Amino acid sequence: MSAVPTDIQGDEPDIVSIVDLRVTFATDAGAVRAVDGVSIAVRPREIVAIVGESGSGKSVTAKSILGLVPATATSSGSILLRSRDRSRTTDIVGAGSGTLRSLRGEDVAMVFQEPSTALNPVYTVGWQIAEGIRAHGSTSRAEAKKQAIDILRRVGIPDPETRVNYYPHQFSGGQKQRVVIAMALVLNPGLIVADEPTTALDVTVQAEILDLLRRLRDEFDTAIVLITHNMGVVADLADRVVVMYQGKVVEEADSRTLFASPQADYTKQLLAAVPHIGQGEARAAVRTQERLERASSTTPVVAARDLVIEYPGRLGRGGFRAVNGVSFEIKEGEVLGLVGESGSGKTTIGRAIAGLSKVTGGSLNVLGREMLGIKERSFRSARVDIGFVFQDPASSFNPLLTIAECVAEPLVVHGRATDARDARAQVDELLEAVQLPRAFGDRYPHELSGGQRQRASLARSIALRPKLLIADEPTSALDVSVQARVLELFTELQREFGFASLFISHDLAVVDMLADRIAVLYKGELVEEGTGAQVLGSPSHPYTQRLLASLPVPDPAEQETRREALHRLQAVDG
Amino acid sequence: MTDTTARPRPRRSLATRIPLFAQVRSSIGLQRGMLVAGLVITGVFVITAIFAPLLAPYGFAQLRADGTPFGAQEAPNAEHLLGTTVGGYDVLSRVIWGAQTAILTIVVSVILSIFAGIFLGLVSGYIGGWLDRVLVVVCDAIYAFPSLLLAIVMSIVISGGQSNLFGGILAASISITVVFIPQYFRVIRAETVRIKSEAYVESAKVIGTRAPRIVFRHVLRNATRSLPLLLTLNSSEALLTLAGLGFLGFGIEPSAAAEWGYDLNKSLSDVTSGIWWTSLFPGLAIVLAVLGITLLGESLNDLADPRLRGRRAALDTGAPAPDNGAAPHGSAASGQAVVADDRATTNDEERVS
Amino acid sequence: MTAELSSPDPASAAPPAVLRRGSSSGGGGLGRYVLVRFLLIIPTVFILVTLVFLLMRTTGDPITAALGGKLTGPQLQERIHEAGYDRPLIVQYLEYLGNIFTGNFGNTLSDNRPVTQVLLTYGGATLELAFYALIVAFIVGIPLGMVAAYFRDRTPDAFLRIFAILCYATPVFFAGLLLKLVFAVWFQILPVAGRASTGAELQMQFLQSKTGIYLIDAIQTGNPDVIGDVLSHAVLPGVALGLLTAGVFLRLVRTNLIGTLGTDYVDSARSRGVTEFRLVRKHAYRPALIPIITVIGLQIALLLGGAVLTETTFEWKGLGFQLAQYLQARDFVAVQGIVALLAVIVAVTNFIVDIIAALIDPRVRY
Repeated sequence: MSAVPTDIQGDEPDIVSIVDLRVTFATDAGAVRAVDGVSIAVRPREIVAIVGESGSGKSVTAKSILGLVPATATSSGSILLRSRDRSRTTDIVGAGSGTLRSLRGEDVAMVFQEPSTALNPVYTVGWQIAEGIRAHGSTSRAEAKKQAIDILRRVGIPDPETRVNYYPHQFSGGQKQRVVIAMALVLNPGLIVADEPTTALDVTVQAEILDLLRRLRDEFDTAIVLITHNMGVVADLADRVVVMYQGKVVEEADSRTLFASPQADYTKQLLAAVPHIGQGEARAAVRTQERLERASSTTPVVAARDLVIEYPGRLGRGGFRAVNGVSFEIKEGEVLGLVGESGSGKTTIGRAIAGLSKVTGGSLNVLGREMLGIKERSFRSARVDIGFVFQDPASSFNPLLTIAECVAEPLVVHGRATDARDARAQVDELLEAVQLPRAFGDRYPHELSGGQRQRASLARSIALRPKLLIADEPTSALDVSVQARVLELFTELQREFGFASLFISHDLAVVDMLADRIAVLYKGELVEEGTGAQVLGSPSHPYTQRLLASLPVPDPAEQETRREALHRLQAVDG
Repeated sequence: MTDTTARPRPRRSLATRIPLFAQVRSSIGLQRGMLVAGLVITGVFVITAIFAPLLAPYGFAQLRADGTPFGAQEAPNAEHLLGTTVGGYDVLSRVIWGAQTAILTIVVSVILSIFAGIFLGLVSGYIGGWLDRVLVVVCDAIYAFPSLLLAIVMSIVISGGQSNLFGGILAASISITVVFIPQYFRVIRAETVRIKSEAYVESAKVIGTRAPRIVFRHVLRNATRSLPLLLTLNSSEALLTLAGLGFLGFGIEPSAAAEWGYDLNKSLSDVTSGIWWTSLFPGLAIVLAVLGITLLGESLNDLADPRLRGRRAALDTGAPAPDNGAAPHGSAASGQAVVADDRATTNDEERVS
Repeated sequence: MTAELSSPDPASAAPPAVLRRGSSSGGGGLGRYVLVRFLLIIPTVFILVTLVFLLMRTTGDPITAALGGKLTGPQLQERIHEAGYDRPLIVQYLEYLGNIFTGNFGNTLSDNRPVTQVLLTYGGATLELAFYALIVAFIVGIPLGMVAAYFRDRTPDAFLRIFAILCYATPVFFAGLLLKLVFAVWFQILPVAGRASTGAELQMQFLQSKTGIYLIDAIQTGNPDVIGDVLSHAVLPGVALGLLTAGVFLRLVRTNLIGTLGTDYVDSARSRGVTEFRLVRKHAYRPALIPIITVIGLQIALLLGGAVLTETTFEWKGLGFQLAQYLQARDFVAVQGIVALLAVIVAVTNFIVDIIAALIDPRVRY
């Protein structure tokens, strides 16, 4: 909306200035304009964040800077890109493929979202870095390799002389992203476009990569266009923020101003929807009070003692121990938040409670049934009392059945209704309970948005009025504003139906909003458990401390102090 | 991503729900050309087979008209547009009647193998365990084996290598069926294994749905998406195997039915003496029939796979961007159009611990 | 033979990622893979051999099939008793398995030779034909597949795809007949049939170290005329069988390249300024090669099946030609033996191909 005049700010010309960019895609449903009149300018050594939810056109805008839009797209407007020494200026829109090729890597480079797919699995990282160097001018093989080692060292890869010959799969996720960043840096471009560079990473790794990106500006004098949906990341890194919605820029301001006093309504909504740590404490206290008053018995719905879950290995190989000696309880009507990073075993525990994964050791008691060695036949009757909400709203419904048929499934299976039509009245009630219009029952899953599908999923899971609801990252695939509404709905339903719940998430702030107690998992072991106030207020385990400190908060000023605290913590860890 | 985007979309307008018609509409350029060519050739093939008695000037085993023999190895002339074979048959008539034999074989073999293959694939993939392992090894072993050799062995078993029309067609069809079952088995099993871990099947399990209901209500229909493609591929393969069997002398006796492979076998010695019409026309018939079916299958495959589907470059019609909240994973199209932004959502799927 | 183009990759049958991640750590990955893959040969061969045995025996005994009309009832019974075909099936089966284990695939009925000797005599010729065909297939199929992927959905791609489908749609014996008609009968620039002319065969006959592979034998004679003669005989059969496989290769390379060209790492390389040609040649091709090689392994079966037809068309005296002869003679002992032996060959070839595919994939190597 507000195009920044390109030449009046400072004497240095912008490294890139996008003016009135429009990008249109051909789809089966006709032409779709993904980017609609966007103007953005980036000065040298500036970090500009483009934020927005899915479909906002932020990624298309960013990829346009490198001319990386698919052949089915047409672009208009202009993107003027200057080289670092300002010796040349090119309009990317309409530039020929040869021109684009010579610019890419030299004037502008890109960091991709998913480091494990951005690296070619069959070549060594050294080969891939050297290839970029040799694509721009005649550098000898040995010289290119020397430069590759050098750049790997500078992005913090230990022992680069050896690792330059490693294949991508030999690195961890965070290190892979460092390698991707090294590739982008190696020709010293004036601008780096980073498309969701930390979204695929765990929060503790994310903090390290954000530090590295900050160093790019400070040590390499590189400007960065940062594409993200995470307001915490924006607050941590960006100098200036551009907010996009449905292909248009709705607000543009420097970072502190934006977070302190957002102007556009959309920005206000977006910021309000971001979960904050500490929001949940008051609510949790009230809820616990209510529950204590209500509770007549203290029999736990779920009780785990030294629970061990191992996946069998293939053909004589050792198994993989996903959960190792975990003990916890979920009482009637209580919400336990289970937090951990990837590989911590949190999903495995949820699946074991629902009888989807086999328990291999210790004891797991679910609704009075011992899960160790249980047969499906003897567990089936308990399934009436268990609901499950899956992570991915896209795949949790049979694509060939209507929403009403899907929601009616549990009723039909357990004989509460003869078929979907018979159950329709109950289904309508359930849809109403999750705030979906009745008419949605006749739609097919793909005709609903992710948030709507997740509501329908909630409706299905509470259809039998279960005593226990397992929610496995129900909101992590959703945009932040949609997430806020789904979380709110979850809280309401929980209050109304009074089910106990295991809420699994990687996001501390989300868990804090609705859990009575929080358990933190780390590499298959339970490292800390307690109320939100205990775990988040004064974490005792170093891992919890690090996890908490790594979580960026959507407030630049506060984030700066938190960042320093994290650095101190990391220094202590060594 | 591709799993969720390539799904069929039920409930469309009537016109788009008719199979193939929808595909023709959604295709462009080369792909449309291939699809239409495939449809036309296959259509001609089927029509020829159905109306063979009307189209063919003579019977397939007819040696004389009005009491005079046709004569052997006659070059194409007014009486015999495509000449006569070494055995004194009319080439044109045998080419036309051959379509009937070919179609019958294709239909019988594909139907037989589809039912057996789907059943085994579903059971094996869903139940897993030992049954699955044994079936996989058996089917892989058969799959890796030269299909023609297996068909030969089967036709020896069934007919001792020679037979009449229906015996011959049945023998050829069953021989081909044995070769195809592993293919259907592999595809359906792989789909079943994939679908088994999809959230909607797991959620059915969590509810307490019994296995048969899960298999038939949730797995079966979703697992058979790729069947039309496999069907066309196998049809062409059935045709080639039938011709191969005929060429090796394991086909159908010329007096029982017309079969292109047998005719080619008999023309083998003609070629050396420069007699081209006895081999060229039955051969071309095979090529055209297989070409038509293969074109059909290939273009259906491309259209079903969003990665392979071609699209026109967009014209900026000024249409506003649709509310992307409405269907982030919906159609194949938005799958590609919003590729970049969609990653933010898909990515979390991989983050499952 | 084409279904694998569409069927989901074999890895989908592997256990979930968690397990693979858990088990891939630790060394010796390749060694273990080779061992496990090698052990898989045994059930494969066992199943095929059993299947062939059972199928062939359900129809009755081979003696009746071969000599049924020629001998009287009692004579037939005597012969059947001599060969032991009147014993219980299970006894015959166990004996058969034992024989195969020691490398004895039985004796042919029509000319009473050990099947293994038939293989040794004619195997070389089939090997040679398969070699020529593979060369044609590689030279034609793989580069053209790359070109088609590069020009995706444009005119060159359209022509190449039609060409590939035609290669596949033309039965190999019809392609052989056409080639013969045009080049051997009309233009008379290439021989009609056989592996070499009689003169050349005579020269090779007296070699000390005869291999049965004519190309090697011809080189050994050191006579350029003989070499030329052998090669000219090889052109038409090699092209006929090679084009069939080339069509499959072309489609395979094209489809897999288009798949890998859409990946992030190709985009990533593009963002570093790597040329489009190099993206196809290096970044897309190597990763695509792994599934391609696996499927090429399965094409060995197609090639062997095609060899039977090609050899019959060109009177190329190899295993396939011989098999067709035995089929005509209703000598089912010979057929059973040759088919069982081919099963072993196919299983071993697939094993080797899988190992090669694993060697190319660094994720297995390290």
